[in-house]
This record gives sequence, structure tokens and C-alpha cells, in this order.
Amino acid sequence: MSSPLLAVDSLRKSFGTLVVSDDVSLTIEPGELHALIGPNGAGKTTLIHQLSGTLTSDHGRIVFDGGDITSLSLAQRVRLGLARSFQITSILPDFTVLENVAVAAQARAGSSFRFFAPVGDEAALNESAHGALARVGLSERSAVRAGSLAHGEKRLLELAIALATAPRLLLLDEPLAGLGQEESKAAIALLRRLKSEVTIVLVEHDMDAVFDLADRISVLVNGRVIATGTPREIRGSAHVRAAYLGDEVPL
Amino acid sequence: MRDAQTEVTRALLQPPRTPALLMFVALVLVPLAARFGAESFILSVFTRTIIFAIAALSLDLILGYGALVSFGHAAFMGIGSYAVGILATHGVDEILLQMLVAMLAAIVFAVATSAVSLRASGVYYIMSTLAFGQMLYFFAVSLSAYGGDDGLTLSGRSRLLGTHILANDRAFYYVALALLAGFYLLAQRITASRFGRVLRGIRENPVRMRAIGFEPFRYQLTACALAGAVCAISGVLLANLAEFVSPAYMTWQRSGELLAMVILGGMGTLWGAILGAIAFLLLEEVLSGLTEQWRLILGPILILVALGGRGGLAGLYARLRRRTGGGAP
Repeated sequence: MSSPLLAVDSLRKSFGTLVVSDDVSLTIEPGELHALIGPNGAGKTTLIHQLSGTLTSDHGRIVFDGGDITSLSLAQRVRLGLARSFQITSILPDFTVLENVAVAAQARAGSSFRFFAPVGDEAALNESAHGALARVGLSERSAVRAGSLAHGEKRLLELAIALATAPRLLLLDEPLAGLGQEESKAAIALLRRLKSEVTIVLVEHDMDAVFDLADRISVLVNGRVIATGTPREIRGSAHVRAAYLGDEVPL
Repeated sequence: MRDAQTEVTRALLQPPRTPALLMFVALVLVPLAARFGAESFILSVFTRTIIFAIAALSLDLILGYGALVSFGHAAFMGIGSYAVGILATHGVDEILLQMLVAMLAAIVFAVATSAVSLRASGVYYIMSTLAFGQMLYFFAVSLSAYGGDDGLTLSGRSRLLGTHILANDRAFYYVALALLAGFYLLAQRITASRFGRVLRGIRENPVRMRAIGFEPFRYQLTACALAGAVCAISGVLLANLAEFVSPAYMTWQRSGELLAMVILGGMGTLWGAILGAIAFLLLEEVLSGLTEQWRLILGPILILVALGGRGGLAGLYARLRRRTGGGAP
């Protein structure tokens, strides 16, 4: 196998005496969709925070595409191509949908210390924003104020924003949370399309979606990775069942 | 529904040109109208109004577009005034030079203090801007060589390119108005630029902006420096209008009045800040003519605007226009 896109080595994070990430080591291979599953409170979101740079780690090393990014900030990591979405929708509510995405494209396209030219007229930014909106199916809504979108649309917008940063690795924190059945189906189809274009780390509670989409799955329990493998291996693992599902007698 | 939303978005994005234009036309006509009344008094009131409008406009850049509630913005008016006073004391009375020095000093002060203040957020940011403003105030009080507590009387207005044209009240008024118009257009360009979009994004959601690759600090710091430099120009003008420089120009009460002007007029619209300064100072002028207890009347008016009129006078205008235009989409 080629060298991993992301290599995580003995990552640790605790809040006071509560250990949330306990010696987490993981590798994410280029092109794979790697799902993180585990019960509530297992530390999945904390791990996403650590990988994205939202939280600094107490100990351990994160190597992205061969470079050590452990001490880089969230913004610096994004500029290297490591984008994230949030479990709780995080958008710019007073911006239009298009502007939400265009400003993300702007972050990748030259300096933003430009004070005179109207940014709304920058065709290159608007085009790449329209492109990202088309990929998630939000083109029709581009002129709407983002705050007035429906919940499901906001989740899609959040994906479009992440895509507009031209990521090589996408960290998605429960992209399906709060979606209706139809919306969920559409979003899963979207993720399936995306996984052929960009490497994805997916935290998700919808097990059907996870087992359907993932190339590999890591199971997190109490801040520890207790197993990593293909969906088939994970489904067949008695160890995982015992720890995760509380199923004492798996067979 | 969808079209209505699009309309709202357009209204949000496009600054209303009509009211701003009307406002500037009215201001251009003020000296002509003043001839029919107490000319020099009216001119001096309106010159003062325009000077404060420049200060309010600069505050709106960081308050309205950056959500940075500075309670020390009057410090920059003080810096501009003292640049005039100190330079004039040493024989430098060219206003362009005084403006240059004022802006440089303001930028240095803005960068040094904001680099600290911006580390804090919310009420702690407000508190630290207040503290820095007060430090500068007490520093001015301690400048005994330049009048200390009593301030500094100037021997006359500054020269403009060697001429004494600013000694003419009407010319001085138009110079101040031209500067206000220039800064208004400049601020419009800035808020619609790449930089302005990043600043507005940080106001909306700083975490989101980090997560697409922007470090808020650098942009906020730059905005504070810009706003400080523009505000310093208002200080240069104020010193020239009064031919007097005093620490009183930079008290925290003055900073509070600047905040009140921007909030009264409507934050984040630029023209609202100008309108707010006009409304605030004219109200003050009219009410103080009626009664000594004019603050008892001004106070409730400000409270009404704060409670009832989200978006201040500019917001009121936008709502009225939407209501009257709502029938024919």
C-alpha cells in the first residue's frame, strides 16, 4: 500500500481527569472512506476536533501527506487541504448561499488583503462556488440568504463550503444528523459520489449508511480504537459486538 | 417565497444609494441655507456634525462590519487633535503633514492596543479598549508641556498647501464634507472587497471562517488600524474647528457617544453611521436649546431606538421601503 494520507500516532486528549482520546493511532489511506463509529461519548467528535486542529492534542503526532501538522492551527490545516464539517451546522447566516461558498474559495485563491475591487464581481470565485453548489445540488438556492435555508439544505451547504476549500481530506462530523428519510437518502448518494473524488473520514450514527459507504471502519470506545477493518471484518468481530453493542453472547 | 427571499438578499447586499445621496446633497446645501440664518453658528454646528460623522463612520467599520465593540474609539480623535496641537506648537502647521502624522500615530496605537485587546472577546474586549482609551486620556492630561488638563489653544487653523483657506468657515466646511464623502466611498469599497467579506464573515461566525482557512486576528487587527487612521482625521479637523485641543476629546463618555451615534443610525450600513451622527448632534443641539435637562429627553429616545428599532434609523428606512414596495414585487 502507498504511504497514508493521514497518519495519527498515539493521540491523547483529556479534559481534567476525563480522558477523551486515549492513545489513538490511525492511518487514512488515499482515496478511502474511513468511518469512525462508536457509542455516544466515545470521543469521535473530539478526535475530529483534534485532527482538524479545532482542539490541540495533549500528546501524539499527526502527519498529513508526509508533513507533521500537529502544531498547526485549524486555518493552517485547511490551507493544506484538510477540511471539516461540523456536527452542529456552522454557516454564515447573513451571507447568501453563494457567498458562503465563494468566501471558502477565496481562502484558497490568493491574498484576501485586497481592499478595493468588489469581491462579488470576481468571476473565478463565483464559478468555483457555483461548481461546489452544483455538486451538492443546491444551485437553485444560490441567491438565498443562508440563514433562511431548511435544515437539510444547511447540511448540504456546509458540505459545499468544505468542498470549495479544495480539500484532499474531508472530515465529516455526522453529515446526516437531523435529516429526514428522503434527505438522508439523497445525502448518502451524494457521499457515494464524493468518495470517488476525495478521501473522507466520516463520523456517523446511521449504521446502514456507514456499512454501505465505508471502505474501512474504526471503532472507538471510551477514547480508544478497539478495532479497525473492512465493514465485513467489523460486522463479524465478536470483540466489537461485545464492546460496542453490549452484546455479551454474539453468536 | 423563493423570489421574496432573493429580493431580501439583494436588499441586504446592495447598499441603498438613494438615502445616502440625498443626505450628501442636503449637506452640500447647508452653507447656502445658512446664509438665511445665523451663518457662522449654523456652519460651526454642521462642521462639527460632519467631523463626528467621520468618526462614527470609522467606528462602524469595526463595530458594524467586525462586531468589535470598541469603547475607546475617541482615543483616535484625541490622537488626531494632539497631532495638530503638538505639531503646531513646534511650527508645523501644514494640515496634510499633520494628517499624515495623525494617521501614522493612530495606526501605531491601534496595532499596539488591538494586538492585546483582540486576544480577549466579548465584554473583555470592550473592557480592554476602554482601559487603553483611558490610559491615553490620562497620558494627555499629564502632558504639561502641551497644556495638560487645561488643553492647548491653537493660534489659528492649519494651512492647506501653504494657504490660509481653512480659516474661511465655508471652505473648511466643504473640506470636511469632501473628506467625509471620500471616506464614505472608500469604506464602501472596503466593505465590498475581499477584505471586507472576510471581516463580515468573521462577524457572522469566526469558527466557520477558521474552518475555511482564515485567521480572524490578522483581519480584525487590520480593520482596527484602518478605522483608527480614519478617525484620527476627524480629530485633526476637530482641533482645527475649535482651534483648541483638550484631553476631553478622548474621554470614555465621548467613546460612548460615538457608539450611540452608530447604533442610533444603524450598524453595518455606513450611511447609517453618518445619519446617526447628524441625528445625535442635532438632537443634542435642539434639545439643549429647549431645556437644561436635555439629557433626560435624549436618553429615552436612544432607549426607544435600541429597543424598538433594530438596525437603527437605517433599519427603519429599510423596513419602511420594504413595506411600501412590498405590494408590487
